[in-house]
Amino acid sequence: MTENGQRTRSFIRAAITLAIAAAIYEGLARSGYFAPALLPTIPTVAKTLFGMFADGSIVEHAAFTMYRVMFGFGLAVVVGIPLGILMARFSAIENFFLPLVSALMPIPSFALVPLFMLWFGIGNLTTILIVFYAATFPMVFNTWSGVRSVNPLWLRAAGAMGADEHKLFWKVIIPGASPFIITGMRQSFLRAWIAVVGAEMIAASDWGLGWVIFDAKEFLNADIMLASLAVIGAIGYAFERLVFGSIERATVQRWGMVRLAKG
Amino acid sequence: MQDAVTTIAVTGAAARSQTGERLRLIARNIFPFVVVGTIWEIVAWAGIFPHRLFPTLEEVAASFVRLTMAGILPHHAIETVIRLLSGFALAALIGVSIGVLMGRSRRAEDIFLPLVSICAPIPGLAYAPLFLLWFGLGNISAVLLVGFVSAFPIIFNSWTGVKAVKEIWVRSAQSMGADDRRLFSHVILPGALPYILTGLRLGLAQAWRILVAVEMLAAVPWGLGWLIFGAREFLNTDAMLAGIAVIALIGLGLEKFVFQKIEDYTVVRWGMVTA
Repeated sequence: MTENGQRTRSFIRAAITLAIAAAIYEGLARSGYFAPALLPTIPTVAKTLFGMFADGSIVEHAAFTMYRVMFGFGLAVVVGIPLGILMARFSAIENFFLPLVSALMPIPSFALVPLFMLWFGIGNLTTILIVFYAATFPMVFNTWSGVRSVNPLWLRAAGAMGADEHKLFWKVIIPGASPFIITGMRQSFLRAWIAVVGAEMIAASDWGLGWVIFDAKEFLNADIMLASLAVIGAIGYAFERLVFGSIERATVQRWGMVRLAKG
Repeated sequence: MQDAVTTIAVTGAAARSQTGERLRLIARNIFPFVVVGTIWEIVAWAGIFPHRLFPTLEEVAASFVRLTMAGILPHHAIETVIRLLSGFALAALIGVSIGVLMGRSRRAEDIFLPLVSICAPIPGLAYAPLFLLWFGLGNISAVLLVGFVSAFPIIFNSWTGVKAVKEIWVRSAQSMGADDRRLFSHVILPGALPYILTGLRLGLAQAWRILVAVEMLAAVPWGLGWLIFGAREFLNTDAMLAGIAVIALIGLGLEKFVFQKIEDYTVVRWGMVTA
């Protein structure tokens, strides 16, 4: 009961905070100290957002961005998980790839955008490859440490009960490493999402949410910028909470693995 | 006497095998780079791609040396590092204060948490055009944006850290008569430090990643991001690759020499985390 009351109070306070922040912003925007083009009022932003939804342009931009993110992220998962597993299982592969991965990881993905633009032109391919580059490393690292951290006792127990390699892999190693793998997917999606927006800005392809924001700067359309920011935030949030949250519930939580991952 | 001789012989052998071990380790770490470098050279020499776009490693090394001798590369690197440090210092100062405040006071938590959780999930670079519009092109925007973006992981981790300090430590310190200041500096801060350091580490990594892109967009006069981006205009792929190499070195240096040292000196020594 008190827990519930506490929560209601927190909720009310949060709402009040947001209302006050919005009021301050609105006051600043209306005060006329700043150019209205730079600091549009909230109703203007809402109207712009609605208009972009109504003519479908924002949906199209979002679709392009999603296509790039999913393609690059999918590629990262397809490459990252097997590579991570191989690195954890075979020390020769680990010896070869670990130095490379550790050397490439500190290079921010954006540093490669100009290079990739030269090599692959501007457009989908460059953006997808940047997303892939950004998303692969967390995937590889988490899978690698996940497989390595599978309790050796389980492996021996399964072996003693007569599990063959195939069974051992699918029934013990993969479920055992799954909390790490899912954390890796989460992190790499986050990276991919950051990378796609940046790559779209720098590589200036014709479509995509990052491009919309950057292009709006040229015309001082701060309302379009803020509206696209809201869309970008909403998509990122939805993926983080809804998609990965439900994947987690359907797999590791059901298998009772999360407690292990946490502590 | 006999024993002493054997001991010396044994330690000598051990030392020798240790250096052998170290050499083998170094060789093992270098081997992948040799393989990749050879493949790169073969592709570059075979002329599959236009030579301007895919220079050989000697050319990259030559332009690295040339740019370093001319002082261009160091100048770019220093500007970038200064920008990184000032943005990060801003983020650390503001992030740790807000995070600790949020952890200690329920009211502050209720005020800041909604704002932070709305602003944090938006990719940092998406704010860049907005900052450029508000604060103009150049240094101020770049530093503010880097600070703003890297503050979020610091806030979240400091907040979690302060909340994770064991209640029993706080109570026992209080019952032993610690006042608020002592409680803060002797119990809460050390207790939360592993988290805060993780936050700082994540924040610096984030700052580093975002800074390179910001330098490309914000049209700053010097900076590694700008060097790479500018080199594209003139198809100076060798200068670009040299710039990327410097970026990689700085990134690696931050990881190895800043964070691991900080961790060794603080949390590992205090026994909060086993090394």
